[in-house]
Amino acid sequence: MKTPFYDIHRSSGAKILNFHGWEMPLHYSSGIINEHINTRTNVSLFDVSHMGRFEVKGTGAYDCLQTLVTNDVSKLNNHQALYSPICYDNGRIIDDLIIYMINREKFLIVVNASNREKDLEWIIKHSNNSATVVEDVSDKIALLALQGPLAQNLLEKAAMVGIDLNQLKPFDLNITNIFGIECMISRTGYTGEDGFELFFDSSKIDIWDKLIQLGSPTFNIKPAGLGARDTLRLEAGLMLYGNDIDENTTPLEVPLRWTVKLEKKEFIGKKALITQQVNRKLVGFEVLEKRVARHGNEILMDSQKVGFVTSGSFSPTLKKSIGFCFVPMHVLSNELIEINIGGKLYKAKVLSSTRFYKRK
Amino acid sequence: MIEDIKFTKEHEWIVTKEGLSVMGISDFAQRQLGDIVSIELPKVGSIFRRMQSMAIIDSVKASSDIYCAVSGEVVEVNEELLEHPEWINQSPYESGWIVKVKPSNMEEFNDLMTTEQYNKLIGEMEGGGGDDQRGGR
Repeated sequence: MKTPFYDIHRSSGAKILNFHGWEMPLHYSSGIINEHINTRTNVSLFDVSHMGRFEVKGTGAYDCLQTLVTNDVSKLNNHQALYSPICYDNGRIIDDLIIYMINREKFLIVVNASNREKDLEWIIKHSNNSATVVEDVSDKIALLALQGPLAQNLLEKAAMVGIDLNQLKPFDLNITNIFGIECMISRTGYTGEDGFELFFDSSKIDIWDKLIQLGSPTFNIKPAGLGARDTLRLEAGLMLYGNDIDENTTPLEVPLRWTVKLEKKEFIGKKALITQQVNRKLVGFEVLEKRVARHGNEILMDSQKVGFVTSGSFSPTLKKSIGFCFVPMHVLSNELIEINIGGKLYKAKVLSSTRFYKRK
Repeated sequence: MIEDIKFTKEHEWIVTKEGLSVMGISDFAQRQLGDIVSIELPKVGSIFRRMQSMAIIDSVKASSDIYCAVSGEVVEVNEELLEHPEWINQSPYESGWIVKVKPSNMEEFNDLMTTEQYNKLIGEMEGGGGDDQRGGR
Protein backbone atom coordinates (compact mmCIF):
# COMPACT_ATOMS: atom_id res chain seq x y z
CA MET A 1 0.00 0.00 0.00
CA LYS A 2 1.15 3.49 -0.79
CA THR A 3 0.27 6.94 0.48
CA PRO A 4 -0.48 9.75 -2.02
CA PHE A 5 3.11 10.96 -1.55
CA TYR A 6 4.90 7.73 -2.49
CA ASP A 7 6.22 9.00 -5.84
CA ILE A 8 7.53 12.13 -4.18
CA HIS A 9 9.42 10.04 -1.65
CA ARG A 10 11.03 7.91 -4.35
CA SER A 11 12.10 10.89 -6.39
CA SER A 12 13.47 12.52 -3.22
CA GLY A 13 15.82 9.57 -2.76
CA ALA A 14 13.99 7.87 0.09
CA LYS A 15 14.99 4.42 1.25
CA ILE A 16 11.65 2.65 1.29
CA LEU A 17 10.60 0.39 4.15
CA ASN A 18 7.72 -2.05 4.25
CA PHE A 19 5.88 -0.97 7.38
CA HIS A 20 2.86 -3.18 8.09
CA GLY A 21 2.15 -3.38 4.38
CA TRP A 22 2.84 0.30 3.70
CA GLU A 23 5.73 1.38 1.45
CA MET A 24 7.03 4.23 3.60
CA PRO A 25 10.22 6.30 3.65
CA LEU A 26 12.57 5.03 6.35
CA HIS A 27 14.85 7.95 5.63
CA TYR A 28 15.93 10.16 2.75
CA SER A 29 19.47 10.79 1.54
CA SER A 30 20.53 12.74 4.64
CA GLY A 31 19.98 9.72 6.87
CA ILE A 32 18.14 9.19 10.14
CA ILE A 33 20.50 11.12 12.41
CA ASN A 34 20.56 14.25 10.24
CA GLU A 35 16.78 14.15 9.87
CA HIS A 36 16.43 13.81 13.64
CA ILE A 37 18.76 16.72 14.36
CA ASN A 38 17.12 18.90 11.70
CA THR A 39 13.75 18.32 13.39
CA ARG A 40 15.14 19.47 16.74
CA THR A 41 16.95 22.45 15.21
CA ASN A 42 14.88 23.62 12.24
CA VAL A 43 11.80 21.91 10.80
CA SER A 44 10.98 18.61 9.13
CA LEU A 45 8.10 17.37 7.01
CA PHE A 46 6.76 13.85 7.62
CA ASP A 47 4.26 11.89 5.55
CA VAL A 48 2.06 10.10 8.08
CA SER A 49 -0.82 9.33 5.74
CA HIS A 50 -0.44 5.62 6.43
CA MET A 51 -2.14 6.13 9.78
CA GLY A 52 -5.87 5.39 10.02
CA ARG A 53 -8.36 8.24 10.03
CA PHE A 54 -12.01 7.70 10.92
CA GLU A 55 -14.88 10.12 11.19
CA VAL A 56 -17.31 9.47 14.04
CA LYS A 57 -20.45 11.57 13.57
CA GLY A 58 -23.98 11.95 14.84
CA THR A 59 -25.90 12.57 18.02
CA GLY A 60 -24.42 9.42 19.55
CA ALA A 61 -20.80 10.16 18.64
CA TYR A 62 -19.84 11.80 21.92
CA ASP A 63 -21.26 9.03 24.13
CA CYS A 64 -19.75 6.36 21.87
CA LEU A 65 -16.25 7.80 22.24
CA GLN A 66 -16.62 8.53 25.94
CA THR A 67 -17.41 4.84 26.47
CA LEU A 68 -14.58 3.62 24.27
CA VAL A 69 -11.65 5.62 25.62
CA THR A 70 -10.07 5.73 29.07
CA ASN A 71 -9.45 9.47 28.95
CA ASP A 72 -12.23 12.03 29.50
CA VAL A 73 -13.83 13.40 26.33
CA SER A 74 -15.89 15.85 28.41
CA LYS A 75 -12.69 17.85 28.95
CA LEU A 76 -12.68 18.70 25.25
CA ASN A 77 -14.04 21.90 23.79
CA ASN A 78 -14.81 22.30 20.12
CA HIS A 79 -11.60 22.40 18.10
CA GLN A 80 -9.51 20.50 20.59
CA ALA A 81 -7.79 17.13 20.51
CA LEU A 82 -7.30 14.43 23.13
CA TYR A 83 -4.83 11.54 23.36
CA SER A 84 -6.08 8.26 24.81
CA PRO A 85 -5.63 4.52 24.78
CA ILE A 86 -8.65 2.33 24.04
CA CYS A 87 -8.91 -0.89 26.00
CA TYR A 88 -10.65 -4.24 26.03
CA ASP A 89 -12.85 -5.22 28.98
CA ASN A 90 -9.76 -6.74 30.59
CA GLY A 91 -7.98 -3.37 30.53
CA ARG A 92 -5.47 -4.42 27.86
CA ILE A 93 -4.70 -1.86 25.17
CA ILE A 94 -6.22 -2.17 21.72
CA ASP A 95 -4.48 0.95 20.44
CA ASP A 96 -3.54 4.50 21.39
CA LEU A 97 -5.12 7.26 19.38
CA ILE A 98 -5.96 10.94 19.15
CA ILE A 99 -9.52 12.25 19.04
CA TYR A 100 -9.98 15.57 17.25
CA MET A 101 -13.26 17.19 18.25
CA ILE A 102 -14.69 19.38 15.51
CA ASN A 103 -17.92 19.67 17.47
CA ARG A 104 -20.01 17.46 19.73
CA GLU A 105 -21.43 15.58 16.74
CA LYS A 106 -18.33 15.36 14.63
CA PHE A 107 -15.00 13.81 15.57
CA LEU A 108 -11.96 12.70 13.65
CA ILE A 109 -9.98 9.81 15.16
CA VAL A 110 -6.39 9.07 14.14
CA VAL A 111 -5.09 5.57 14.88
CA ASN A 112 -1.91 3.59 14.29
CA ALA A 113 -1.42 2.26 10.77
CA SER A 114 -0.88 -1.24 12.13
CA ASN A 115 -4.27 -1.25 13.86
CA ARG A 116 -6.49 0.35 11.24
CA GLU A 117 -8.79 -2.59 10.60
CA LYS A 118 -8.87 -3.75 14.20
CA ASP A 119 -9.79 -0.30 15.50
CA LEU A 120 -12.42 0.38 12.84
CA GLU A 121 -14.14 -2.89 13.61
CA TRP A 122 -14.05 -2.21 17.35
CA ILE A 123 -15.42 1.33 17.06
CA ILE A 124 -18.21 0.27 14.71
CA LYS A 125 -19.09 -2.65 16.99
CA HIS A 126 -19.50 -0.24 19.91
CA SER A 127 -21.40 2.49 18.12
CA ASN A 128 -25.17 2.78 18.24
CA ASN A 129 -25.98 2.51 14.54
CA SER A 130 -28.91 4.87 14.45
CA ALA A 131 -27.24 7.69 16.37
CA THR A 132 -23.61 7.28 15.27
CA VAL A 133 -22.00 7.00 11.88
CA VAL A 134 -18.43 5.73 11.62
CA GLU A 135 -16.64 6.25 8.33
CA ASP A 136 -13.09 5.33 7.33
CA VAL A 137 -11.77 8.46 5.62
CA SER A 138 -8.13 7.36 5.51
CA ASP A 139 -8.05 7.39 1.71
CA LYS A 140 -9.93 10.68 1.39
CA ILE A 141 -7.77 12.72 3.74
CA ALA A 142 -3.98 13.04 3.59
CA LEU A 143 -1.99 13.69 6.76
CA LEU A 144 1.37 15.43 7.01
CA ALA A 145 3.29 16.44 10.12
CA LEU A 146 5.39 19.59 10.18
CA GLN A 147 7.61 19.44 13.25
CA GLY A 148 10.38 21.58 14.70
CA PRO A 149 11.04 24.93 16.41
CA LEU A 150 10.65 26.75 13.09
CA ALA A 151 7.36 25.05 12.13
CA GLN A 152 5.22 28.01 13.18
CA ASN A 153 7.45 30.52 11.39
CA LEU A 154 7.15 28.47 8.23
CA LEU A 155 3.39 28.04 8.40
CA GLU A 156 2.87 31.73 9.04
CA LYS A 157 4.45 32.39 5.67
CA ALA A 158 2.02 29.98 4.00
CA ALA A 159 -0.80 32.51 3.68
CA MET A 160 -3.38 30.70 5.73
CA VAL A 161 -6.77 32.30 6.01
CA GLY A 162 -8.25 33.51 9.28
CA ILE A 163 -5.96 31.76 11.70
CA ASP A 164 -3.54 33.16 14.25
CA LEU A 165 -1.06 30.45 15.13
CA ASN A 166 -0.18 32.24 18.35
CA GLN A 167 -3.72 31.46 19.51
CA LEU A 168 -3.45 27.79 18.58
CA LYS A 169 -2.31 26.10 21.78
CA PRO A 170 -1.02 22.53 22.00
CA PHE A 171 -3.84 20.12 21.09
CA ASP A 172 -5.95 22.93 19.61
CA LEU A 173 -7.12 22.59 16.04
CA ASN A 174 -8.64 24.86 13.47
CA ILE A 175 -9.93 24.70 9.94
CA THR A 176 -8.34 27.06 7.49
CA ASN A 177 -6.86 26.91 4.07
CA ILE A 178 -3.22 26.68 3.12
CA PHE A 179 -2.02 27.66 -0.37
CA GLY A 180 -5.72 28.01 -1.16
CA ILE A 181 -6.50 24.42 -0.15
CA GLU A 182 -8.89 23.61 2.70
CA CYS A 183 -6.98 22.15 5.59
CA MET A 184 -7.49 21.25 9.23
CA ILE A 185 -4.44 22.13 11.31
CA SER A 186 -3.80 20.84 14.82
CA ARG A 187 -0.97 21.69 17.14
CA THR A 188 -0.09 18.04 17.73
CA GLY A 189 2.79 15.74 16.92
CA TYR A 190 4.91 12.79 17.88
CA THR A 191 8.38 14.32 18.13
CA GLY A 192 8.56 16.33 21.35
CA GLU A 193 8.98 19.52 19.33
CA ASP A 194 6.45 22.23 18.59
CA GLY A 195 4.65 21.32 15.40
CA PHE A 196 1.48 20.81 13.47
CA GLU A 197 -0.47 18.09 11.77
CA LEU A 198 -2.11 19.01 8.50
CA PHE A 199 -5.24 17.21 7.27
CA PHE A 200 -6.41 17.90 3.72
CA ASP A 201 -7.95 16.30 0.65
CA SER A 202 -5.72 13.44 -0.46
CA SER A 203 -5.69 14.65 -4.06
CA LYS A 204 -3.92 17.87 -3.07
CA ILE A 205 -0.42 16.46 -2.85
CA ASP A 206 1.06 19.77 -4.12
CA ILE A 207 1.07 20.91 -0.51
CA TRP A 208 4.21 18.81 0.06
CA ASP A 209 6.30 20.54 -2.62
CA LYS A 210 4.88 23.94 -1.72
CA LEU A 211 5.94 23.52 1.92
CA ILE A 212 9.40 22.32 0.92
CA GLN A 213 9.84 25.22 -1.50
CA LEU A 214 8.54 27.77 1.01
CA GLY A 215 10.77 26.51 3.79
CA SER A 216 13.95 25.53 1.97
CA PRO A 217 16.12 28.60 1.99
CA THR A 218 15.10 30.28 5.23
CA PHE A 219 14.01 27.46 7.52
CA ASN A 220 16.05 24.55 6.19
CA ILE A 221 13.01 22.29 5.92
CA LYS A 222 13.84 18.72 4.97
CA PRO A 223 11.65 15.65 4.59
CA ALA A 224 12.08 13.12 7.39
CA GLY A 225 11.11 9.44 7.48
CA LEU A 226 9.93 6.84 9.93
CA GLY A 227 13.44 6.19 11.21
CA ALA A 228 13.80 9.72 12.60
CA ARG A 229 10.17 9.65 13.72
CA ASP A 230 11.05 6.72 15.96
CA THR A 231 14.23 8.21 17.46
CA LEU A 232 12.43 11.51 18.07
CA ARG A 233 9.45 9.98 19.86
CA LEU A 234 11.73 7.75 21.92
CA GLU A 235 13.70 10.75 23.19
CA ALA A 236 10.40 12.50 23.93
CA GLY A 237 9.13 9.60 26.03
CA LEU A 238 6.22 8.69 23.75
CA MET A 239 4.83 5.16 23.51
CA LEU A 240 4.83 3.12 20.31
CA TYR A 241 2.07 0.54 19.92
CA GLY A 242 3.54 -2.82 19.14
CA ASN A 243 6.74 -1.99 21.01
CA ASP A 244 5.89 -0.47 24.40
CA ILE A 245 2.15 -1.11 24.54
CA ASP A 246 0.14 -3.94 23.05
CA GLU A 247 -2.66 -6.35 23.88
CA ASN A 248 -0.63 -7.62 26.85
CA THR A 249 -0.25 -4.23 28.52
CA THR A 250 -2.59 -1.98 30.45
CA PRO A 251 -2.15 1.79 30.63
CA LEU A 252 -1.32 1.48 34.34
CA GLU A 253 1.93 -0.40 33.68
CA VAL A 254 3.37 2.28 31.39
CA PRO A 255 3.54 6.08 31.74
CA LEU A 256 -0.08 6.38 30.59
CA ARG A 257 -1.71 6.40 34.03
CA TRP A 258 -2.58 10.04 33.42
CA THR A 259 -4.83 9.05 30.51
CA VAL A 260 -6.99 6.79 32.67
CA LYS A 261 -9.80 8.77 34.26
CA LEU A 262 -11.26 6.35 36.77
CA GLU A 263 -13.67 9.05 37.96
CA LYS A 264 -15.49 8.74 34.62
CA LYS A 265 -18.84 7.03 35.09
CA GLU A 266 -18.15 4.18 32.74
CA PHE A 267 -15.76 3.11 30.02
CA ILE A 268 -14.68 -0.23 28.58
CA GLY A 269 -11.98 -1.68 30.81
CA LYS A 270 -12.71 0.50 33.85
CA LYS A 271 -13.49 -2.38 36.19
CA ALA A 272 -10.38 -4.31 35.23
CA LEU A 273 -8.19 -1.23 35.66
CA ILE A 274 -9.61 -0.37 39.08
CA THR A 275 -8.83 -3.83 40.37
CA GLN A 276 -5.54 -4.42 38.55
CA GLN A 277 -2.58 -5.41 40.71
CA VAL A 278 0.14 -3.63 38.82
CA ASN A 279 3.34 -5.66 39.16
CA ARG A 280 5.66 -4.14 36.62
CA LYS A 281 6.47 -0.70 35.30
CA LEU A 282 7.95 0.74 32.14
CA VAL A 283 11.06 2.83 32.77
CA GLY A 284 13.64 4.65 30.71
CA PHE A 285 17.24 3.42 30.64
CA GLU A 286 20.56 4.45 29.22
CA VAL A 287 23.12 1.84 28.23
CA LEU A 288 26.48 2.50 29.87
CA GLU A 289 28.35 0.90 27.00
CA LYS A 290 28.13 1.58 23.32
CA ARG A 291 25.75 -1.16 22.14
CA VAL A 292 22.20 -0.39 21.08
CA ALA A 293 19.47 -2.35 22.86
CA ARG A 294 16.50 -3.63 20.86
CA HIS A 295 12.93 -4.72 21.51
CA GLY A 296 12.89 -8.10 23.24
CA ASN A 297 16.37 -7.95 24.79
CA GLU A 298 16.22 -9.46 28.30
CA ILE A 299 16.80 -7.34 31.41
CA LEU A 300 18.73 -9.02 34.21
CA MET A 301 19.43 -8.10 37.81
CA ASP A 302 21.57 -10.39 39.97
CA SER A 303 21.66 -12.85 37.07
CA GLN A 304 17.88 -13.18 37.09
CA LYS A 305 15.68 -12.22 34.20
CA VAL A 306 13.41 -9.46 35.50
CA GLY A 307 12.02 -7.83 32.37
CA PHE A 308 12.66 -6.94 28.77
CA VAL A 309 13.39 -4.02 26.47
CA THR A 310 10.32 -2.65 24.69
CA SER A 311 12.05 0.04 22.65
CA GLY A 312 15.76 0.67 22.12
CA SER A 313 17.70 2.93 19.83
CA PHE A 314 20.38 5.56 19.63
CA SER A 315 19.67 9.11 20.80
CA PRO A 316 21.25 11.61 18.43
CA THR A 317 20.61 14.40 20.93
CA LEU A 318 22.25 12.69 23.91
CA LYS A 319 24.65 10.62 21.76
CA LYS A 320 23.82 7.58 23.87
CA SER A 321 22.05 4.28 23.51
CA ILE A 322 18.67 4.62 25.26
CA GLY A 323 15.35 2.86 25.55
CA PHE A 324 12.36 1.74 27.60
CA CYS A 325 12.03 -1.54 29.47
CA PHE A 326 9.74 -3.32 31.86
CA VAL A 327 11.12 -3.90 35.35
CA PRO A 328 9.56 -4.99 38.66
CA MET A 329 7.95 -2.30 40.80
CA HIS A 330 10.75 -2.26 43.39
CA VAL A 331 13.42 -1.08 40.94
CA LEU A 332 14.60 2.48 41.66
CA SER A 333 16.07 5.14 39.40
CA ASN A 334 19.84 5.00 39.12
CA GLU A 335 19.78 1.27 39.80
CA LEU A 336 21.99 -0.73 37.49
CA ILE A 337 20.57 -3.42 35.25
CA GLU A 338 22.11 -5.69 32.65
CA ILE A 339 20.78 -6.07 29.15
CA ASN A 340 21.35 -9.20 27.08
CA ILE A 341 22.20 -7.92 23.62
CA GLY A 342 23.07 -10.67 21.17
CA GLY A 343 24.05 -13.10 23.92
CA LYS A 344 26.34 -10.74 25.87
CA LEU A 345 25.45 -8.68 28.95
CA TYR A 346 25.87 -4.92 28.94
CA LYS A 347 25.42 -2.56 31.88
CA ALA A 348 22.65 0.02 31.84
CA LYS A 349 21.16 2.49 34.27
CA VAL A 350 17.47 2.94 35.10
CA LEU A 351 16.39 6.57 34.78
CA SER A 352 13.78 8.52 36.70
CA SER A 353 11.71 9.22 33.61
CA THR A 354 10.94 7.84 30.18
CA ARG A 355 11.48 11.36 28.89
CA PHE A 356 15.06 11.90 27.72
CA TYR A 357 14.50 15.24 26.06
CA LYS A 358 12.53 18.35 26.79
CA ARG A 359 12.25 21.08 24.23
CA LYS A 360 13.20 24.62 25.14
CA MET B 1 38.42 1.15 -7.17
CA ILE B 2 41.45 -0.13 -5.30
CA GLU B 3 43.38 -2.82 -7.18
CA ASP B 4 43.48 -6.27 -5.62
CA ILE B 5 40.49 -5.57 -3.42
CA LYS B 6 38.37 -8.62 -2.78
CA PHE B 7 34.94 -9.07 -1.25
CA THR B 8 33.00 -11.60 0.79
CA LYS B 9 29.36 -12.35 0.15
CA GLU B 10 28.67 -10.75 3.52
CA HIS B 11 29.96 -7.44 2.15
CA GLU B 12 33.36 -7.24 3.79
CA TRP B 13 36.27 -6.02 1.67
CA ILE B 14 39.89 -7.08 2.07
CA VAL B 15 43.11 -5.64 0.64
CA THR B 16 46.38 -7.48 1.16
CA LYS B 17 49.90 -6.10 0.87
CA GLU B 18 53.11 -7.80 1.95
CA GLY B 19 51.38 -10.44 4.01
CA LEU B 20 49.08 -8.06 5.89
CA SER B 21 45.35 -7.77 5.12
CA VAL B 22 43.19 -4.73 5.87
CA MET B 23 39.43 -5.27 6.13
CA GLY B 24 36.29 -3.20 6.28
CA ILE B 25 32.73 -3.23 4.98
CA SER B 26 31.67 -2.19 1.51
CA ASP B 27 29.92 1.00 0.48
CA PHE B 28 26.84 -1.08 -0.27
CA ALA B 29 26.90 -2.48 3.27
CA GLN B 30 27.24 0.93 4.94
CA ARG B 31 24.33 2.24 2.88
CA GLN B 32 22.17 -0.71 3.88
CA LEU B 33 23.01 -0.22 7.55
CA GLY B 34 22.33 3.52 7.60
CA ASP B 35 23.87 5.76 10.24
CA ILE B 36 26.39 3.66 12.21
CA VAL B 37 26.53 4.61 15.87
CA SER B 38 28.88 2.10 17.45
CA ILE B 39 31.25 -0.78 16.75
CA GLU B 40 32.54 -3.51 19.03
CA LEU B 41 36.06 -4.39 17.89
CA PRO B 42 38.03 -7.60 18.53
CA LYS B 43 41.11 -7.60 20.74
CA VAL B 44 44.51 -7.47 19.09
CA GLY B 45 45.89 -10.98 19.10
CA SER B 46 42.49 -12.63 18.54
CA ILE B 47 42.51 -15.48 16.08
CA PHE B 48 39.58 -15.96 13.72
CA ARG B 49 38.56 -18.61 11.25
CA ARG B 50 37.39 -17.54 7.84
CA MET B 51 33.88 -16.02 8.05
CA GLN B 52 33.78 -16.12 11.82
CA SER B 53 32.13 -13.07 13.38
CA MET B 54 34.83 -10.68 14.56
CA ALA B 55 33.05 -7.39 15.22
CA ILE B 56 29.54 -6.00 15.70
CA ILE B 57 28.24 -2.80 14.20
CA ASP B 58 25.18 -1.01 15.57
CA SER B 59 23.38 1.37 13.28
CA VAL B 60 20.32 3.33 14.40
CA LYS B 61 18.01 0.70 13.00
CA ALA B 62 19.93 -2.59 13.15
CA SER B 63 22.88 -4.56 14.48
CA SER B 64 25.15 -6.45 12.15
CA ASP B 65 27.94 -9.00 12.58
CA ILE B 66 31.12 -8.33 10.66
CA TYR B 67 32.90 -11.46 9.47
CA CYS B 68 36.59 -12.06 9.12
CA ALA B 69 37.19 -12.57 5.39
CA VAL B 70 40.11 -14.97 5.87
CA SER B 71 41.54 -17.02 8.76
CA GLY B 72 44.23 -15.20 10.68
CA GLU B 73 45.38 -13.18 13.66
CA VAL B 74 44.29 -9.64 14.37
CA VAL B 75 47.39 -7.42 14.54
CA GLU B 76 45.71 -4.01 14.62
CA VAL B 77 42.20 -2.56 15.07
CA ASN B 78 40.98 0.89 14.12
CA GLU B 79 40.35 2.28 17.60
CA GLU B 80 39.40 5.68 16.24
CA LEU B 81 36.12 4.08 15.18
CA LEU B 82 35.13 3.88 18.85
CA GLU B 83 34.84 7.67 18.86
CA HIS B 84 34.01 8.04 15.18
CA PRO B 85 31.84 5.13 14.06
CA GLU B 86 30.41 7.39 11.35
CA TRP B 87 33.74 7.11 9.46
CA ILE B 88 32.52 3.70 8.32
CA ASN B 89 29.62 5.43 6.55
CA GLN B 90 31.65 8.37 5.30
CA SER B 91 34.76 6.52 4.14
CA PRO B 92 34.18 2.74 4.13
CA TYR B 93 37.38 1.94 2.22
CA GLU B 94 39.75 4.38 3.88
CA SER B 95 39.36 5.94 7.32
CA GLY B 96 36.55 3.43 7.98
CA TRP B 97 38.91 0.39 7.86
CA ILE B 98 38.14 -1.97 10.72
CA VAL B 99 40.94 -4.51 11.34
CA LYS B 100 44.33 -5.62 10.05
CA VAL B 101 44.88 -9.36 9.99
CA LYS B 102 47.85 -11.61 9.27
CA PRO B 103 46.27 -14.30 7.04
CA SER B 104 47.20 -17.88 7.88
CA ASN B 105 46.03 -19.56 4.67
CA MET B 106 46.57 -17.77 1.37
CA GLU B 107 44.47 -20.36 -0.49
CA GLU B 108 41.36 -18.90 1.10
CA PHE B 109 41.73 -15.84 -1.11
CA ASN B 110 40.62 -17.93 -4.08
CA ASP B 111 37.15 -18.11 -2.57
CA LEU B 112 36.69 -14.36 -2.36
CA MET B 113 34.97 -12.27 -5.01
CA THR B 114 36.57 -9.81 -7.38
CA THR B 115 35.12 -6.30 -7.70
CA GLU B 116 33.29 -7.41 -10.82
CA GLN B 117 31.78 -10.45 -9.14
CA TYR B 118 30.80 -8.42 -6.09
CA ASN B 119 29.17 -5.68 -8.17
CA LYS B 120 27.14 -8.35 -9.90
CA LEU B 121 26.00 -9.72 -6.55
CA ILE B 122 24.87 -6.36 -5.22
CA GLY B 123 23.30 -5.47 -8.56
CA GLU B 124 21.09 -8.50 -8.15
CA MET B 125 20.28 -7.57 -4.54
CA GLU B 126 19.41 -3.97 -5.30
CA GLY B 127 17.14 -5.08 -8.12
CA GLY B 128 14.89 -6.51 -5.43
CA GLY B 129 14.00 -3.05 -4.13
CA GLY B 130 15.80 -3.27 -0.79
CA ASP B 131 12.75 -4.04 1.34
CA ASP B 132 13.34 -3.77 5.04
CA GLN B 133 11.09 -4.91 7.85
CA ARG B 134 12.27 -2.55 10.58
CA GLY B 135 11.00 0.89 11.25
CA GLY B 136 8.84 3.18 13.33
CA ARG B 137 5.23 4.35 13.48
